[in-house]
Amino acid sequence: MSRTLHKDVAIIGGGLVGSSAALALRRMGFSVVLLDKGFCGAQASGVNYGGVRRQGRPPEQIALSQRAHAIWPRLMDLIGVDGEFVRSGHLKLARTEAEMASLEAYAARVADLGLDLELIGGIQLREHFPWIAGDVTGASLCAGDGHANPRLVSAAFAHAARHAGVDVLEHTPVSHVEKALDGFHLSAGSSTEIKARFVINSAGAWAGPFAEAFGEPVPLHAIYPSMIVTEPLNVFMNVNIGAEGGGIYARQVERGNCIVGGMRGEPLAEPDFSRPTGSGAVTIMNRAAALFPALRHAYAIRFWSGTEGEMADRNPVIGFSRTTPNLIHAFGFSGAGFQIAPGVGEVLAELVRDGESRTPIQAFAIDRFARTTQGSRADSEPEPQKRETAQ
Amino acid sequence: MALLKRLSRHELPLVPFTLNGEACSGRAGDTVLTAILTQADRLRLSDFSGNPRAGFCQMGACQDCWVLTSSGARIRACSTALETGMDLQTITEPRS
Amino acid sequence: MSDAIRPLIVGAGPAGIRAAQTLVNAGIRPVVIDEAPSSGGQIYRQRLVPDERSAKDLYGSEAAKAIALHGTFARICDRIDYLPETLVWNLRDKAVDVVTGQRTRRIAFSHLILATGATDRVLPFPGWTLPGVFTLGGSQIALKSQGCAIGEKVVFLGSGPLLYLVAWQYMKAGADVAAVLDTAPFSAKFHLLRGLFAQPSVVLRGFRFAAELMARGVAVHFGVQPVRIDGTTRVEGISWRERGKEHRLACDAVGYGFSLRSETQLADLAGCRNIFDARDRAWRPERDSAGRTSVSGVYIAGDGAGIAGADAAELAGERAGLALLDDAGLPVDHARIGVLERKLASIQKFRNVLESAFPFPESWVTSIADDVTLCRCEEIAVGDARAAVRDQGVSELNRLKALTRVGMGRCQGRMCASAAVEVLASACGRSPDAVGRLRAQPPIKPIPLAVAAEGEAA
Repeated sequence: MSRTLHKDVAIIGGGLVGSSAALALRRMGFSVVLLDKGFCGAQASGVNYGGVRRQGRPPEQIALSQRAHAIWPRLMDLIGVDGEFVRSGHLKLARTEAEMASLEAYAARVADLGLDLELIGGIQLREHFPWIAGDVTGASLCAGDGHANPRLVSAAFAHAARHAGVDVLEHTPVSHVEKALDGFHLSAGSSTEIKARFVINSAGAWAGPFAEAFGEPVPLHAIYPSMIVTEPLNVFMNVNIGAEGGGIYARQVERGNCIVGGMRGEPLAEPDFSRPTGSGAVTIMNRAAALFPALRHAYAIRFWSGTEGEMADRNPVIGFSRTTPNLIHAFGFSGAGFQIAPGVGEVLAELVRDGESRTPIQAFAIDRFARTTQGSRADSEPEPQKRETAQ
Repeated sequence: MALLKRLSRHELPLVPFTLNGEACSGRAGDTVLTAILTQADRLRLSDFSGNPRAGFCQMGACQDCWVLTSSGARIRACSTALETGMDLQTITEPRS
Repeated sequence: MSDAIRPLIVGAGPAGIRAAQTLVNAGIRPVVIDEAPSSGGQIYRQRLVPDERSAKDLYGSEAAKAIALHGTFARICDRIDYLPETLVWNLRDKAVDVVTGQRTRRIAFSHLILATGATDRVLPFPGWTLPGVFTLGGSQIALKSQGCAIGEKVVFLGSGPLLYLVAWQYMKAGADVAAVLDTAPFSAKFHLLRGLFAQPSVVLRGFRFAAELMARGVAVHFGVQPVRIDGTTRVEGISWRERGKEHRLACDAVGYGFSLRSETQLADLAGCRNIFDARDRAWRPERDSAGRTSVSGVYIAGDGAGIAGADAAELAGERAGLALLDDAGLPVDHARIGVLERKLASIQKFRNVLESAFPFPESWVTSIADDVTLCRCEEIAVGDARAAVRDQGVSELNRLKALTRVGMGRCQGRMCASAAVEVLASACGRSPDAVGRLRAQPPIKPIPLAVAAEGEAA
């Protein structure tokens, strides 16, 4: 039995971006269908590291990140769970003088953007964070950052969207989407046809073909950030840890498990799923045991990895299509989407309602790649950005 | 009070070890689980409710018999042979 | 040809040993990896050091089989690469990651035979996490390997042939067996008469266990519905319901289990296709009568591929070894293959009889209260799982794990997944096969963070 749904907005991809947009749109009064090929939030949104971090983002992301920052403490009101969000602070370690200089330079660049970074010298660091071992030169602390449980947050956004009246169709992959005179036509699952005025492409690592279908090819490829989880331990790690130059990031949850990342997994034969590599996992485990003496005797009890879309310049694509009116893209968060996703959801809802957002998103336009390849941006080589492997 | 009751192997050599700071002995061929549970009735407290646990499957599957050594190392009691001089600690304080 | 293949066998129980022997006889040197310090698996587990007990004391009527199997392993030991006390914690791209003590390394293989065995299938009920409660398999290991009873006064509870075997072994060893509580009704045992023709010795042995227990004054109760294990810091007694009346018995230990469940994690990591085995109420790797899985070069034998017992494991191990040789283009004895397959088929038929005689306690799921611990690692209650179904519409097992942590702890679902399937299926109104299976993830058991990596071994 085929059915046809008529909606104001069809959202392709039920990750955190898609489901938070769905919730925001529904609350504005739009009719919305949220489509996912599997379970909502089962990919990068649900199986990322869980860092809720502004520090380290390029300056052009900070306004969006600040908008999201205001949402995180309100999750209970918004989606009915707190998602284990903890405003622990985010401490980014420098292991060399050069890395410390890099942290100082970053702090200067974002000084006016409200992150309230605090640069900490080696002696002070050892005094305040005695559980960190080794040759750490210094660090930069963003006290307002924190971490949360992606498993719970992503599912809860989708659940809240459903509760608010969004048609949430899981295990319903979109096989075809096109623009006709009366709006978008989508075919999904085995028997669902959808007609919608707007389409949001928030399909994460799977967003490329949908953009390409509207003449907007993008340099998007899949990455598989992978994590190891320790057995529950006495809580010692009271801040979310990152490292300048990457290689390790770590947090400890209230129940006592430490979650440590810094390496990439690889896809399985069924490419929707990925798995950490053995050698990568051992590398992360060894790094964690070396950096945190409390983990020297600890055991890893599970690993996870998720599939995430990464852009060539590691900035996401957010905004209207340049080829197709009422098509909006939001994907390619490049391993750093978790914190800003709820803010992106609000921005996408504003784009539908107002045609523009009060938060600047010009830097994330989809045609930035086309401009570069045509050479019209020869004078504006993107600034090299040193960022953590994935958070 | 002991949980396990020895029915045989009474004549095997004694293997001295320390349990929560007290001198004890097991028998050659004991697992750490047997050595502890023939003297005591628990191996650990559960991670979240702090309830006593004393292993379950005895074949390395349930992971419910981890004990500590004085150096902080973890030992899965059912699949580790008792060795002379082991300094073992059952987890007696709930996790902070 | 034989130089070009490098088979790896995981597990040195009856299936793994017979598989290794089959390969060795063909001039091939397999790698055999086992978690235990010595061969034999759980059923023919060896003591850490010899003691005054004979093989007959340890293995009873199965002593000859145990001696034969251990003898075989001793004879082939210098023609295999044997890695005891070694855990395979990951499997990918025709190689395994193994940890021995604090060292990890990667070992490549051309062919893989998984003989990973099984553990007790347990169902939670009030008091199941108390000290003094062990699985039936654990109770048997305490006795055989360690010469210990799990308590001064022991009650055995559950279903399956192991229930009577372990109770009888305890009685013979001089332990005080206070009662045997069989969750199946007595009438179910009449099904065993059908098995008399197929496996007369097995059936008669089972009857002998029960008869001797009763003759020695051990109370055997049928149609028992466990109510709770009493006690605050350790077992003090057990309460059960029988024909509408509640009974209580003082005891200080309970051994229990409801048949077995296969260890399937490595087959899952290898990418083997799974099928739902309605008889075992569990997913297991799909295999043909020779033990070939859906993945070329990966074979599976013994209880890791569905529960069939130790005799079947020996036959299946040999059969999988022959399949490997055949697939590698080496000569095999086809008459022997025919014999093995006929015997395996006969045992499979008998397993159907056993399952009727020792049925899964289907009423458990409706009788179990919300406040009972479902996942003993993460300490998640039955009611938490039901709430996830009710409030969040969960209808799939991995989703239940993601939202409630059931199966997320140290044991990775080994002790709770069977029960979680029943709770989930019942709560969302689906059949057990429809709620899916937990996807395996490395590490399949905990491994130390500070593990030292070594180079790849050939």
